[in-house]
Amino acid sequence: MGDVETKDRIRAADIVKELKRAGIRFVIAVPDRTTSERLLKPMLRDPDFTVVQVCKEDEGVSICSGLHCTGHRALLLIQYTGLLDSINALRGVAVEGQNPVCMMVGLLGKEPGVPPTGSKRYGLRIVEPILDAMGIDHDLIESFGDAAKIAPAIEDAYARSQPVVLLIGREPV
Amino acid sequence: MMKRDECLKVLARHRAGEIVVPVYKAAQEWIHISPSDLNYTFTGAMGQGSSHALGLALGRPDRRVIALDGDGSLLMNLGTLVTIATAAPKNLIHCVCENGTYETNGAVPVPGAGRFSFTALARATGYPRTYEFSDLEDWEREVGRILKEEGPIFVTLKVEPGELYPEDFRRLYSIEYREAFRQALQRG
Repeated sequence: MGDVETKDRIRAADIVKELKRAGIRFVIAVPDRTTSERLLKPMLRDPDFTVVQVCKEDEGVSICSGLHCTGHRALLLIQYTGLLDSINALRGVAVEGQNPVCMMVGLLGKEPGVPPTGSKRYGLRIVEPILDAMGIDHDLIESFGDAAKIAPAIEDAYARSQPVVLLIGREPV
Repeated sequence: MMKRDECLKVLARHRAGEIVVPVYKAAQEWIHISPSDLNYTFTGAMGQGSSHALGLALGRPDRRVIALDGDGSLLMNLGTLVTIATAAPKNLIHCVCENGTYETNGAVPVPGAGRFSFTALARATGYPRTYEFSDLEDWEREVGRILKEEGPIFVTLKVEPGELYPEDFRRLYSIEYREAFRQALQRG
């Protein structure tokens, strides 16, 4: 891995900093290889986060919604396959229920620098079109400057009481 | 076997400010039996009631939360038992109204009806306290004590349909009622 490539990659520390800036204190998670080492494992050790590990991603959609009603901000940290598996919960709980469920979704296997819709992998290509069809806002978080998108996206989700998906395009450094 | 509405009326008599998260038939009946701004019926998708309840319990450890799950619903989200037992909120009481059918969806039997024990599943996943009731007098005698115990608690309620109550899914999932719930929670 060259220095130039490393410099351009999103940094896990910047992601965590932005999540804290946005007031995220609960993290609901199912492990994803894209985010386990640099995000989830450090979060498990970070006293600023309470991490709840769930068995299936749709549980997390509802836990985040319950937490929202108590005044807490939460992040659902999952893999894109779990997002696809949770479509009905996202439909009923997040979108129709107008809950600001904030999701950070690892795009395991996405080719670096290639937009998700241009991936060779079918499962990755369909993620953004599905979110568009559901009216769920999404941002790609992959390169160094992308961390700046995180806190505003979360703030906007809470302001509109609607879900948002932050797609992690490759493993952070 | 208990009539579900009779069983819920017993619970309502012992309610003392708890948040209650009922689903499907229990929800349709509970909103009439124990009307309150602290009824959280906005679960949005089948199987999700106990997960909403877990979020509420974690977010407000000072309030007790009662989930009134259904057996078809719980079967759709069995992993929730492991998640709740692991998170171990002391303020969560997870009840399942076991009637053996998908009552809202045509009263078709659930898979494995009568062939396994939800109570045993909950115990095996690590709920420290589990109970099972099929007799109304037993439930009436024990419920007050159970509601004061440290959770997470799991309670199987063996029920059958009782009196008919009107169905109003729009009310159950109403955003306006959800906002009233949030405000009530903020007040106390």
